[in-house]
Amino acid sequence: MPLFDSLYNFAGWLTGNREEAEDLVQETYLKALKGFSSFQQGTNFRAWIFRILRNAFLTSRTGLKATRTVPLESDDEETAVASATMDTPESILLGRASQEAIQAALGKLPVIFREVLLLSDVEEMSYQEISETVSIPIGTVMSRLYRARRAMREELQGASNG
Amino acid sequence: MASDIWQPKIDRYVDAELSEEEMRAMDAHLRECSSCAVQALRQMRLKHDTKLAARRYASSPQFRRKIADQVIANQVIADQVGARRPVPWRWGWAPLLAAAAMVLLVAGIFLSRSSEQARSGQLLSELTDIHVANLAASTPVDVVSSDRHTVKPWFQGKVPFSFNLPELAGSPFTLVGGRLTYLDHEPGAHLIYNIGAHHISVFVFRDQPDLAHAFSTGESSKDVLKFHVESWSAHELRYFVVGDASDESIHQLTSMWKEAGNS
Repeated sequence: MPLFDSLYNFAGWLTGNREEAEDLVQETYLKALKGFSSFQQGTNFRAWIFRILRNAFLTSRTGLKATRTVPLESDDEETAVASATMDTPESILLGRASQEAIQAALGKLPVIFREVLLLSDVEEMSYQEISETVSIPIGTVMSRLYRARRAMREELQGASNG
Repeated sequence: MASDIWQPKIDRYVDAELSEEEMRAMDAHLRECSSCAVQALRQMRLKHDTKLAARRYASSPQFRRKIADQVIANQVIADQVGARRPVPWRWGWAPLLAAAAMVLLVAGIFLSRSSEQARSGQLLSELTDIHVANLAASTPVDVVSSDRHTVKPWFQGKVPFSFNLPELAGSPFTLVGGRLTYLDHEPGAHLIYNIGAHHISVFVFRDQPDLAHAFSTGESSKDVLKFHVESWSAHELRYFVVGDASDESIHQLTSMWKEAGNS
């Protein structure tokens, strides 16, 4: 089945719950089969089916609850230059975060940041594909990615200091 | 500082989103600038580690089998429907070509109409599915209020349009509330009304080209699986009223919505 593992993993991260992830994946495949006629040949199938899953999530109770919590900063915020750090290549390699710490930090991200980070880093989608999947402009994709990564770094930094 | 120019590009460099020329320039810069090199290395490490750590959820073999079975079952149905399509004839007689062309022209018009009808049937079927699934839900609405001035603002920022709800004073209808819904991947508003023991759903969507094409006749009134459905478009919005209440009730609510939409 096309993209089954990727869709399941994405659904798991959106819902944080295996039962809900299964419902979401099942709904996605049924909607994709039912609405395949709406898929335009030659366009991006992966973005299309991930968009179905994401829309199904947004209409679920968990999705509505998650998207009610929106960050105060604007999406149009310029991607500011990162502040200077005292890192060195050695300290970065030695201070590598554990898998558990990364999962915890990812789980704490607001869903609008988590989804773009997953699509970029895990699914290796281009900015264009993410833009099509999430239905936001490419500039907003870049802004959300920047803020997601900044939040991840801060969370991981806090965890290693704490 | 030179780094100020390069640092904002580091994310795009790590994500391989720079042009070839910019990638080469960035490579050259990273060999010279330790500050940017450290930052790029840190970004690459985080991206790599995130990829590994985020592969967290794996399905059970049973669930995978269940979905595969459903996909196959749907494919079989689709193949059976496809097999019933008529095979085109091959006529080699020149004098009959004109007649064949005429047949094809008529068939083309007929198939175009059939395709519109099939699409509108599919969309109406999806809406009745949403209506029925909603009746069975433990919390059928996300905003619970009989006050239209509470329900309408709830949709602001959730749907890419604005719409008016009718005043219900003096009518037999009660507004239960509203929820966000999707049709063909487009967000829309779903309002639920009560009349006696019956529930009626009103759906509002942007009148996208696909919807406009499927409902090219403008207004329609149909019965789908014993549900009465009325549909119309006005001011670039497409409305649907779905329910098992009497045709008169559905029509009355439809008229009230039309009036509100024009006010």
